[in-house]
Amino acid sequence: MYDMAAFYEASSVQDAVALRLAHPEAQIIAGGTDVLVQMREGKRAGKALISIYGLDELRGVSMETDGTIRIGSLTSFSHITKDPIIQKYINVLGQAVDMVGGPQIRNAGTIGGNTCNGVTSADSASTLVAWDAVVELTGQNGKRLVPIQQFYIKAGTVDLKPDEIQTGILLPKAAYEDYYGYYIKYAMREAMDIATTGCSVNVKLSEDKKTIADARIAYGVAGPVPMRAPSAEAAAKGKPVSMDTVAAFGAKVLDDINPRDSWRASKAFRQHIAVELAKRCLMESIRLAGGAI
Amino acid sequence: MSASVGKSITRVDAYDKATGRAKYTDDLCDRSALIAKVVHSTVANGLVTAIDTSAAEQIPGVVKIVTCFDVPDRPFPTAGHPWSTDPHHQDVADRLLLNRRVRYYGDDVAAVIAENEVAAAQAVRAIRVEYEEYPVLLDVFDAMKEGATQLHEGYPNNILAHTQIRNGNYEAAIQEPGLLKVEGWYDTPTVQHCHIENHICCAHMEAGRIIITSSTQIPHIIRRCVGQALGIPWGKVRVVKPYIGGGFGNKQDALYEPLCAYLTTQVGGRLVKLDCSREETFVSNRVRHAIRTHIISWVRPDGTFAARKVECFANQGGYASHGHGVCAKGMGAFPQLYPCPNVEGDAYTVYTKRPVDGAMRGYGIPQAMFAGESHIDDVAKALGLEPLAYRRKVVMPVGFKDAFSKNENYFDTFNQVLDKGMAYIDYQRKYKEYQNQAGPVRKGIGCAVFWYNTAVWPISLESSSCRMVLNQDGSIQVQTGETEIGQGCDTAYSQMAADAVGIPVEDVHIVSTQDTDVTPFGTGAYASRQTYIGGFSIKQTGTLLKERILKYAVELTRQTYTNLDLVDGKIIRKSDGRVLMTLGELATEALYSLTHSQHLTAESTYQIQNNAYSFGCTFAEVEVDIPLCKVKLLNIINVHDCGTLINPALAEAQVHGGMSMAIGYGLSEQLLFDQKTGRSLNNNLLDYKLSTFMDHPHLEAQFVENAEPTSPYGTKALGEPPACSGAPAIRNAIFNATGVAIDQCPMTPHVLFAKFKEAGLI
Repeated sequence: MYDMAAFYEASSVQDAVALRLAHPEAQIIAGGTDVLVQMREGKRAGKALISIYGLDELRGVSMETDGTIRIGSLTSFSHITKDPIIQKYINVLGQAVDMVGGPQIRNAGTIGGNTCNGVTSADSASTLVAWDAVVELTGQNGKRLVPIQQFYIKAGTVDLKPDEIQTGILLPKAAYEDYYGYYIKYAMREAMDIATTGCSVNVKLSEDKKTIADARIAYGVAGPVPMRAPSAEAAAKGKPVSMDTVAAFGAKVLDDINPRDSWRASKAFRQHIAVELAKRCLMESIRLAGGAI
Repeated sequence: MSASVGKSITRVDAYDKATGRAKYTDDLCDRSALIAKVVHSTVANGLVTAIDTSAAEQIPGVVKIVTCFDVPDRPFPTAGHPWSTDPHHQDVADRLLLNRRVRYYGDDVAAVIAENEVAAAQAVRAIRVEYEEYPVLLDVFDAMKEGATQLHEGYPNNILAHTQIRNGNYEAAIQEPGLLKVEGWYDTPTVQHCHIENHICCAHMEAGRIIITSSTQIPHIIRRCVGQALGIPWGKVRVVKPYIGGGFGNKQDALYEPLCAYLTTQVGGRLVKLDCSREETFVSNRVRHAIRTHIISWVRPDGTFAARKVECFANQGGYASHGHGVCAKGMGAFPQLYPCPNVEGDAYTVYTKRPVDGAMRGYGIPQAMFAGESHIDDVAKALGLEPLAYRRKVVMPVGFKDAFSKNENYFDTFNQVLDKGMAYIDYQRKYKEYQNQAGPVRKGIGCAVFWYNTAVWPISLESSSCRMVLNQDGSIQVQTGETEIGQGCDTAYSQMAADAVGIPVEDVHIVSTQDTDVTPFGTGAYASRQTYIGGFSIKQTGTLLKERILKYAVELTRQTYTNLDLVDGKIIRKSDGRVLMTLGELATEALYSLTHSQHLTAESTYQIQNNAYSFGCTFAEVEVDIPLCKVKLLNIINVHDCGTLINPALAEAQVHGGMSMAIGYGLSEQLLFDQKTGRSLNNNLLDYKLSTFMDHPHLEAQFVENAEPTSPYGTKALGEPPACSGAPAIRNAIFNATGVAIDQCPMTPHVLFAKFKEAGLI
């Protein structure tokens, strides 16, 4: 039995926007895998809910005419993992979200909820950040596009206006074409866990596969929000595919990230793991891109 | 060869449980029940000075609020031990229904009764409690220091109990020239049972009595504890125990039954339900004792022991619960496993401001084996010997007799279980192969053994009662006071009852529910004793029923008693094997006879004055990713000698569950506390890292079946033993892989990070 003040069910995106404006105190609920847990814990007890879960138009993955990949915000993790467009162009995202919780959570949880929560540990977040994804928000004045790095404001807070809901996550063609990536979720067990640190790396290699034309890296739980490591990226970009490059890439990570000490893990431990993950993810990305290392 | 015992028959409750038909406490509790919720303290050590319930009382649906200022000042014990009529052996009575003097973060200070869960939860949040606060001391050594706040009167330095072992002369023995001293400290964590069904109970009043339905292992003991807590005659309390979703020792304690019983008396006997959340189960039920163990071995160059010392410091938390029993049992297992003439042992159980430690699967032995079996590998390393061969040389020999329990090691079990484990895991080849590795990812193999007492004799009462009632169709109902808690004893009992009476197992209707009004007296499920203990009373009662049936058969068949037998539900003339009638025909005649009607039943008590050593081992193979500080368990096998298997498939399942618990104990599980406040940091199943299916390799369970001579069915302990040797086997495998001795569990990446850094590996 949930301590819920009211439950409003949106019938369309416009209706959801209207409900947001009519009930500013209400919380949006999608798959409910976080909101209901928090409500039970007492953190969101007594809140009104606006459910957008019935909006099927926000489900599914599609390719737009300009080559942009659109992921509807209500697309479940298990759907993303099995989607052929994702598997062909950004398989690492499907692999990353396949590490969320357990099978039931992955069937109910949505990528929109995962990002709108604003938590640094979300398994989708580091890969979306590393691939320059763009968040689509819909409000009373229509659509607004925000690069995902800017969408995250601080821990638990995202750039979502009082009239808006998130309607899609977009991956422009330039952001994914010829890139290959790898994600490592470092957690304390092999399922039903939240990342101690998550690292997502992707690379574009030169035609001869000898040079790293571009490298991107993002972390979850290396700071209050998912973050890129620009110094590490610079240390790899344009550099030869080699173990020296991998080592330099790993070492530079520490210039960028800022993990904290907590009872879950010490700062020193998180830093050590972050460096190791960066190196392993880069090597695996190079292999996936056809490089030899 | 028995027709029913020794067969892997399907669990008698399998279909009901798999389809959801089986009724648990919440299924049985009427929907009209009032909901009770407990207000828990938010300080670990202090005194409640005031409670403001005014806001909570205004919440619609709130029926009644009871606080620590309202309950009787009548301390009671909670441990699920048989009561002792000797006051010196009674459990410590240090609990009240609700406590003004709070002794851990999460102690019970008030209770709300409401019409529904939402109102109850809102009221709990609206209650304001004020405290006078005292220092928070979470560690045993801090709590033992002079000047530390005393948690309970009469226990100086917070020491609940201290017991000793003094065998031979330790001080003289260590003077022997040429001895090697091997010393270590081994720490085990606070863990929780994590049974699927949280503790839940409901209570109402009828005819001036309190009727409680509870998820418990020990209904007859709960009746006594509730009677003591409420100060009412024990017969005024009736406890019903339906199917339960696991217990593992947490429910071998009076948890919230006394409070729930009290609450119904405060609302005119209306039905009150108290259903613990998972968060409460972690903190405000019971946990396993964290024990810090110090071992010193004085070893001769040939590996034999001149003298050994062991010291154990058990963290008891805020209340006594099972008290010193757990730590004492752990230390008590030390002298036997590797016999040595000169042993000095000291066990301390110390009150601290942490959740209360009680019984948990293994009762001190998982802690003792982690320390003792880690230490044996340390000794082998110091001697430069292969640890398994070394174990075989010094482990309890065949013929060893326990001076206290009179247990005997009748067979060459240790070598037999080690042989099986070695063969399965290919130990010798891998042990050689894994020497001198250098890369970042290394493999290792390790082993640990254990011994385990089957029951509690001669420390406490061991008695079992059984009732059998014959139906018209020749089937029987069987009742015992020992309880089905998921371990499968209903099935094993059905098999033994069928064997004892001489009927097909399908004709045995085991009464799974215990109801203290109608079930024969028994102390419940604990101590890995059910199959062993129940076997005596089932055999005796079955024999008695069979005797009565055959005597009745004499009247119907005109044959002599000695020429009759009951086999597979048929009355047989022994001389020629002819079937004279079925048991159903006899039973129908017996009940409806116009000349001699008789209700054929049997009931008896058997007092067991024996105990039995149960043995086994674990082999583990690991892959250690040194830079990532991670251990991957590649292979694991447990080999057990629990005597003759009553149901091999159920025995295997029992071992799988224990191995899973041991894996979590070794690698990931630990209840953490904020050092300043004593608040638990991870009392939920996300942050408490219970191992999952994905963290397990294939779990291999094998057996050596040396029939236990004291048992009518040749059986002995298997309930707890599978949880005892896994963690040290994993530890020893990591030691083998990396050369780094991790003397604490769980061996998490955080622990490995520190140890590998210290060793210069990363």
